[in-house]
Amino acid sequence: MHRINCPWCGLRDEAEFQYSGDATVVRPEADASEEEFFRYAYIRENPKGWHTEWWHHTGGCRQWVKVVRNTLTHEIHATGGPQDDLPLPEGDKK
Amino acid sequence: MSAHRLKNGGLLINRAKPVNFTFDGKSYQGFEGDTLASALLANGVTLMGRSFKYHRPRGCLSAGSEEPNAIVEMRSGARREPNTRATMAELYEGLEAKSQNRFPSLAFDVQSVNQLLSPFLTAGFYYKTFMWPASFWEPIYEKIIRRSAGLGSAAVEPDPDTYEHSHDHCDVLVVGGGPAGLAAALSAAKSGGRVILAEEQMAFGGMVSPSDKIDGKAADKWVAETLAKLAAMKNVTIMPRTTVFGYYDHNVMAALERVSDHVKEPEDGMPRQRLWTLRAKEVVLACGSHERAMTFDNNDKPGVMLNNAVRTFVEKFGVSPGKKIAIVTTNDDAYRTAEILLDAGVAVAVIADARTELSDAASRMKARGVTIDLGTVPRQANGGKRVKSLTLQTLDGEVTRTFGCDCVAMAGGYSPDVHLVSQTGVAPVWDDALKGFVPPAPIRAERSAGASKGSFDLAACLEEGHAAGLEAASAAGFDAKAGNAPSAEAIANGPIAAIWRCAGNGKAFVDFQNDVTAKDITLAEQEGFVSVEHAKRYTTLGMATDQGKTSNVTGIGILAEARGEPIPDVGTTRFRPPYSPVAIGAFAGHERGYEFQPVRRTAMHACGEKLGAVFVEAGQWLRPQYFPKPNEGVMEAIYRESKQVRETAGICDVSSLGKIEIFGDDAGEFLNRLYINGWKLLKPGKARYGLMLREDGFVFDDGTTSRLADDHFFMTTTTANAARVLSHMEHASQVLWPDLDVQFCSATEQWCGVAVAGPNARKILEKAFGKALDMSEEALPFMGVQTFEWNGTTARIFRISFSGELAYEVNVPWTYGEEMWNAIWDAGQDHGLIPYGTEALSVLRIEKGHVAGNELDGRTTAADMGLGRMMSSKKPFIGQKLAGREGMIAEDREQLVGLKLIEGADRLRGGAHLFEDADDANRENDLGWITSVCDSPQLGCWIGLGYLKGGVEAYAGKTLYAVNPLFGEAPAVEVVSPHFFDPKGERLNG
Repeated sequence: MHRINCPWCGLRDEAEFQYSGDATVVRPEADASEEEFFRYAYIRENPKGWHTEWWHHTGGCRQWVKVVRNTLTHEIHATGGPQDDLPLPEGDKK
Repeated sequence: MSAHRLKNGGLLINRAKPVNFTFDGKSYQGFEGDTLASALLANGVTLMGRSFKYHRPRGCLSAGSEEPNAIVEMRSGARREPNTRATMAELYEGLEAKSQNRFPSLAFDVQSVNQLLSPFLTAGFYYKTFMWPASFWEPIYEKIIRRSAGLGSAAVEPDPDTYEHSHDHCDVLVVGGGPAGLAAALSAAKSGGRVILAEEQMAFGGMVSPSDKIDGKAADKWVAETLAKLAAMKNVTIMPRTTVFGYYDHNVMAALERVSDHVKEPEDGMPRQRLWTLRAKEVVLACGSHERAMTFDNNDKPGVMLNNAVRTFVEKFGVSPGKKIAIVTTNDDAYRTAEILLDAGVAVAVIADARTELSDAASRMKARGVTIDLGTVPRQANGGKRVKSLTLQTLDGEVTRTFGCDCVAMAGGYSPDVHLVSQTGVAPVWDDALKGFVPPAPIRAERSAGASKGSFDLAACLEEGHAAGLEAASAAGFDAKAGNAPSAEAIANGPIAAIWRCAGNGKAFVDFQNDVTAKDITLAEQEGFVSVEHAKRYTTLGMATDQGKTSNVTGIGILAEARGEPIPDVGTTRFRPPYSPVAIGAFAGHERGYEFQPVRRTAMHACGEKLGAVFVEAGQWLRPQYFPKPNEGVMEAIYRESKQVRETAGICDVSSLGKIEIFGDDAGEFLNRLYINGWKLLKPGKARYGLMLREDGFVFDDGTTSRLADDHFFMTTTTANAARVLSHMEHASQVLWPDLDVQFCSATEQWCGVAVAGPNARKILEKAFGKALDMSEEALPFMGVQTFEWNGTTARIFRISFSGELAYEVNVPWTYGEEMWNAIWDAGQDHGLIPYGTEALSVLRIEKGHVAGNELDGRTTAADMGLGRMMSSKKPFIGQKLAGREGMIAEDREQLVGLKLIEGADRLRGGAHLFEDADDANRENDLGWITSVCDSPQLGCWIGLGYLKGGVEAYAGKTLYAVNPLFGEAPAVEVVSPHFFDPKGERLNG
């Protein structure tokens, strides 16, 4: 079980959250091409290592929490709000 | 009491309290503090079970948690529980136990004939044998395998006991209450941090012997004093009978507390077991070690057991497993046992030491007159259902001599218990001096101490435990003051010999519980299963309930020899949770039966009940499905309700619909981006039907949303998607468009609602609410909304219609639900008002061609549903771009149609597929499927909605066949518009 530090509520169990996907994809502007929207909707990297993800605090404050998590070790490096820019740990790629 | 109970000794037993129990129906007596295994041994019972595959007679191998052989069925009736380790079962008055894997009796077992077949029952036997022909798999092979597989049988009745789930947090969790764990708990606790000390056994102290001295006093006294000291500290929680079985991410640990396993029935209000989730900042693993058996022919005879088990039975329980004990060893630990046996007056037949030089410990025993054969290993154990003698051989396989004995103690060296540390995701590393795997550098906030780290000496255990406790406390942020570690005399141990397979041609068991022999492992290697993970799965080595505690290292040693490679190159398999078996009941906890998940009832539940509603589960909600009259069948009731609503009026509880209050200057813009249609021009006091897409362009959800003020909207969603829509909106407002001024929250449980539909709906509501509101056509036109004061509270009325009739939905605050229902119900008595349920609701909407959950299956576009024109081209919205993809707008997509039953069956069925030719129904010819059906009072026949390639235009008026192979039906259906009834919507005005 992961324990996630919600920026609003503090350290909480994974059971309170709903994993909500890749937080590195950015929704294209409304006038972007079909191809850009296709990539936004479907194309995901599957990194081994550090990854920035959404964890929706559905059983808590209902905020979308950005989490930098290692998909291999499950270590959590940082958490923040949707507008926070969370750098990956030094020397690691996405 | 019996010849095997020693006159003295037995730290754990209370000789003043005899305890009666039965094993296989026979009565015995033991003492309070005994385990089932120690009490059986005290009574001279060595035969405790039959093995899994060959049904060989077995006694207990160990005295603890690692027990692979003495697996029994405990209790009877609904409390019957298979696979209990006799070595872990604490004796209580009236305990009932039965041996497993035997028929008709333990002494005479029919399937032991498997031993004669054993040349065929080698590794992979089942894989190789039960393969062909395929038609035999289910009817024949599965039955054979089922009968011979499995260990014991579970109760068929529901378990009468309860199981709890509990949670705790601590700064330092110490796993294991041996000397290292106690020292760690003490030094950590002194720092002031919150400490939990969990010990699997009922008694603390691990493997310390009363003859050991700690801080100058008898070790058992030190253990008792230390426990008392810890118990007196407010920051310490001591958990005996608690097995930490899982080490999960972020130092979340799972533990099983056996609250009532040691009593006949749980005390009133007490659970049988408690499943703990422990969240620890820092962890100290002081889990100890497991002794290894030696692998020689017939090493599974009852009476052959681990060296430390013999010692434990003598010291802790005052039981000698034999009167004349032969000891076989690769290390000095055997001599500790010999000394204790001699002191207890038990004869030692011989010590066969695989090493060629006399160690200091061996010299001391030699001086006491014990026969010691150096450079000697066991050849085979002899005897029937109990060992009678032991034949020895040289390291080269030359038979030397045979000693009479009734017990053999095997000292194959100790394997540090690295199960939990392995669960953190690291691979244990081979230590060649110890001949065992030890924990590598930690990757979690944990450290090992004592025997689980490979330090078997008492003095080292205490020092390491003390240091680990300090380190953990200070890592958790506490000021840990060094102080002195508890002290003991350091004992230098001689070397350990690596002997994995003593020469022989017979059955030499490695994994006792799964009957894996040394030959099975070498066979697996010959057949190409050279990877340790493959060999494990092929032979089932280490896969039984004991998880290879006594067998893992030996098995790897044999595999390494077969491969001709050193052990580090072979590596070890990964240990996974649980460390020891955990009952399913413990995982289920209270969440079983009625308490499996919460039940949601609406505010008007009792009103429906009073009128005889039959309820149906809609997610967690209970909704009235229909209201049968006396002697009325379900189909008749549905038919009557749906007919009556169109003739007079009906009332339906619609409280479970998702409701979301939306505020803010940009609320209209926000809805514009969520829905495919426009919202900015919607006037306050008006409602509108809205349809949402997912980002991929498929339909997500629909509902009616009203504008109550310029900056206030009220959204409804389908019952099923209420939570998903809210999450979707939160994503949109928090992540996509945080700049919009919009706030919203779920109000599903704040507003309850009824739909009142039918020609008399207005009359009824006017009577119910009186002057509280103006229901005239001008004040409340179709799609009009009003907020009004009623009965001292705020109510909302929406003139919307799912049934196609003149209809309203009225919402009041949740707690007023029953009052509102009653007010409308009373008002409706003169106007033919009836209650209707979800089934009639469905009939009414099918007759109108309105889509619902069945049609919103995640694969449909707005155009498929006939709502393509709702998609605004004047504004962007979620899903817009991808809804325009080639495949999403293709003309031959399956589109919503109406279907009428012509002939060929009594009814239509959802799920049937549509074909032009019923006799040529295959995937290529498939034209679509039926989603919803009903027996329509208005059409006078069965009708349905469905998706059909090309839609109504392609097949209007044509006859198709609704093929349903499950029922063997293929009725003829006519394709019509989905708007079966009142296509112009004239009835909306009453």
